[in-house]
Amino acid sequence: MSNIFKNTELDLNKAEKIVSETLSNYDDGELYLEDTKSESIVLDDNKIKSSNYTKDSGYGFRAVNGDVVAYSHSNEISEKSLINSSKNLKSTLKNNKGTYNSEIKKTNQKFYNDIDPVDEKNLSDKINILNEINKYSRSIDGTVKQVTANFLGERKNIEILRSGGELLQDSRPLVRINVSIMVEKNGRKETGVYGVGGRQSYDEFLKNDDWKKICDEAYRIANTNLDSKPSPAGEMKVVLGPGWPAILIHEAVGHGLEGDFNRKKTSVFHDLVGKKVASEGVTIIDDGTIDKRRGSLNIDDEGTPTEKTVLIENGILKNFMQDRLNARLMNTKSTGNGRRESYKHIVMPRMRNTIMLNGKNTQDEMINSVDKGIFAVSFGGGQVDITSGKFVFSCTEAYEIINGKIGSPIKGATLIGDGPSSLKEVLMVGNDMKLDPGIGTCGKAGQGVPVGVGQPSLLIDKMTVGGTQL
Amino acid sequence: MIKDEGVLKKIADICISKSKEFGSTNSNVLVMNSISENVNIRNKKLDGSERSENLGVTLTTYIGKKKASISSTNLNENNLTELVKRCIDSTKVTPEDEYNSLPDQELHFKGEKNLDLNDGTHISNDEKINFIKEAEEIAFSNEKIVNTNGSGFSETKTNFILANSNGFSDGYKTSQFTAYCEVVSKSNGSMERDYEYSSKRYFKDLLTPKQIGETAAKLAISKLNPKKIESNKMDIIFDKRIAQNILSTFASAISSATIAKGTTFLKESLNKEVFSNKINIVDKGNIKKANGSRYFDSEGVKIEVLELVKNGILKDYLVETYNGKKINRKSNGRSSGTTNLYFENGNETFKQLINSRKKILYINETIGRGANIVTGDYSVGASGIMIENGEFAYPVSEITIAGNFNDMFKNIILADDLEFKYSTNSPTMLVSDMIVGGK
Repeated sequence: MSNIFKNTELDLNKAEKIVSETLSNYDDGELYLEDTKSESIVLDDNKIKSSNYTKDSGYGFRAVNGDVVAYSHSNEISEKSLINSSKNLKSTLKNNKGTYNSEIKKTNQKFYNDIDPVDEKNLSDKINILNEINKYSRSIDGTVKQVTANFLGERKNIEILRSGGELLQDSRPLVRINVSIMVEKNGRKETGVYGVGGRQSYDEFLKNDDWKKICDEAYRIANTNLDSKPSPAGEMKVVLGPGWPAILIHEAVGHGLEGDFNRKKTSVFHDLVGKKVASEGVTIIDDGTIDKRRGSLNIDDEGTPTEKTVLIENGILKNFMQDRLNARLMNTKSTGNGRRESYKHIVMPRMRNTIMLNGKNTQDEMINSVDKGIFAVSFGGGQVDITSGKFVFSCTEAYEIINGKIGSPIKGATLIGDGPSSLKEVLMVGNDMKLDPGIGTCGKAGQGVPVGVGQPSLLIDKMTVGGTQL
Repeated sequence: MIKDEGVLKKIADICISKSKEFGSTNSNVLVMNSISENVNIRNKKLDGSERSENLGVTLTTYIGKKKASISSTNLNENNLTELVKRCIDSTKVTPEDEYNSLPDQELHFKGEKNLDLNDGTHISNDEKINFIKEAEEIAFSNEKIVNTNGSGFSETKTNFILANSNGFSDGYKTSQFTAYCEVVSKSNGSMERDYEYSSKRYFKDLLTPKQIGETAAKLAISKLNPKKIESNKMDIIFDKRIAQNILSTFASAISSATIAKGTTFLKESLNKEVFSNKINIVDKGNIKKANGSRYFDSEGVKIEVLELVKNGILKDYLVETYNGKKINRKSNGRSSGTTNLYFENGNETFKQLINSRKKILYINETIGRGANIVTGDYSVGASGIMIENGEFAYPVSEITIAGNFNDMFKNIILADDLEFKYSTNSPTMLVSDMIVGGK
């Protein structure tokens, strides 16, 4: 039964009347309600620097006609507020001759448990672990000079009320644990960052002292960078490690395959369905159905069940990622990629877990084949210009490759490439596919949503490396 | 309608008094109300409209040197009581931190509020649509502009009350009007995008639709059919919109938080030469109508005018109460960051700057967050235009630019074309000897 309605002044039957009356002459729309609790506990400079708890609830009321969207949201969940929003929607969408499509697929699929990670573990336990993380990290080596660690937890309950009275619900847990370590040796400072997360309890990541591995990894990256030399500049071969480096996939092709940019023909991929956009052997999917992953969802934020969508199959572009609006305008079906950051935001097609599947090669084969290039293992973030296709991502751990052997670590550098051509320059696809550790947040039009990525090791023929060594 | 001071103050008072009742020794509360209305258009036609109304509270309670915070958008009194209790419970289990405290009372803002930060004008949705449609029509009047990524107009009004248990209680209304236009150009198989935007506290201070549309179109067209250039050491001119990012990076490297932790390349730089001796940097919060102006920071501390860099020498940090105590400095009202931060004008005109070398790369777009303030290393993706003999010769893309701020800061030459378009502003900036990664 509806929990959000139970705890507010708004009566479900009255809300349903307003929703049905408002939307009856439009093509689509819904009332999206959300009740979220979240926490952020930060240890910094040996102290618990902040302990924040947030409780936020509100609704977003959307009406869609043709390609025009009207949206009104408020954190006051009441009949009066909803009537105001209804008026606001009608004043924007003056042409009300749409046909409401009430059809939405049903599902019982569940990829995560209905748990409350924020309240199931008490605050003092979390504080104790953060203090242990601090103590342990500082004990690894005398060079560790600064430790920052945080716990981010959330439980988001959503309800979607559609015209006609259909009510869809989901309850989504999400946690993330991050550790950042700064080391200093001979006056040189470097940082290493590592984190884990997913749609499960903190304890899944803390049991058997597993949190020590997070600290060890952050330290390893920082310590490696202490010996790093300036990165080379210019075009060269790049070997990417498995897992998190799949930010490449997310930036190089992921965004460009979101339905809105292709309906609007502003993506370089808009007229390439059925065409070859990547090397043979490259298959990329966007999967919302992996157990407990950060980018997984039972239903998307329009109520559509998520699925495993094939984007590129053996080098050929197959599908875009769709929400209901863009799917309708492009005569196809929603792929369950309609997402929003919160009730304060409109729905857009967004990625879930974007993954390149395994090929045949080993990482050793890739490295052995490179005379001069770089081996990139860990990354900060990335960004893409959808229209020109140019994308970047920045290494936080990388090594030079000389004559088929891994050489010295090199300083962090930005790599730039061209989306449509870079996947055609994939020379080898590895057999060691890994998912990222569960820390990704994707930003688009000012909205952040949790996502995942994954890939095997990859050898790319040429990318431009933004180093300082000519 | 935006809520008036009385309504917000009542909520703030409840939070302060309940906190005390449940055992806090001190407390601080922010009650914020905002209403924002946006319209988006695409290809000269309405694409969407959005209205958002937010009312929320953020409370921090102290018990001695222990501290915790909560925030919520559910403000009925029962819920508030529950949240205050929860905040106090969290405070109790949070370890003590000797630096936790409210700001010194003598630093509280107590002055006149005469900076003209609120324009009561309301622009109707139809007027918003007409304004931004005109901008797109102007852009589309050029045949190389074939599409848009969307253009929009937003109007935001806010009011807030900030109060603490030491008697501070103040707030004010602000307004912000923003118009942007992002268009797509196409020619010979090349597709590029660019934008122009204008954001002001007063509606009548915005650029005109004509200026916005023309600039967006001109920029998008100027990027068409770019070349990739060879890797090389080059002198670079940063357009104002990129130069201001470099100034923002400088600001984050001199915040009391990074200085106290030592996680900045400028840790040992106070009273030392960080820039060349012609460079002055000011952070001035009391410019009338300016985007970054404010009366006090998020702790209620008055905003001093700061001469951060004078003749190239770092003179001050951006300080708030908590980290200020760690480094023995009083807050100068920067707990919300910088206000109107700017480089003072240099001596050369834009024309002199582009004519100062035979070949200079003009960068007007960077991509990626490539600034590392721990090491000072800088590496970003970029695109721009090659200048040869003072003429804009051809567009360049898919390159990287890299350097280290320690060197870059000493190699800056500024033009005399400062304008207050953003909160952080720079004149056009030349930086010599940067490494360009290309072919």
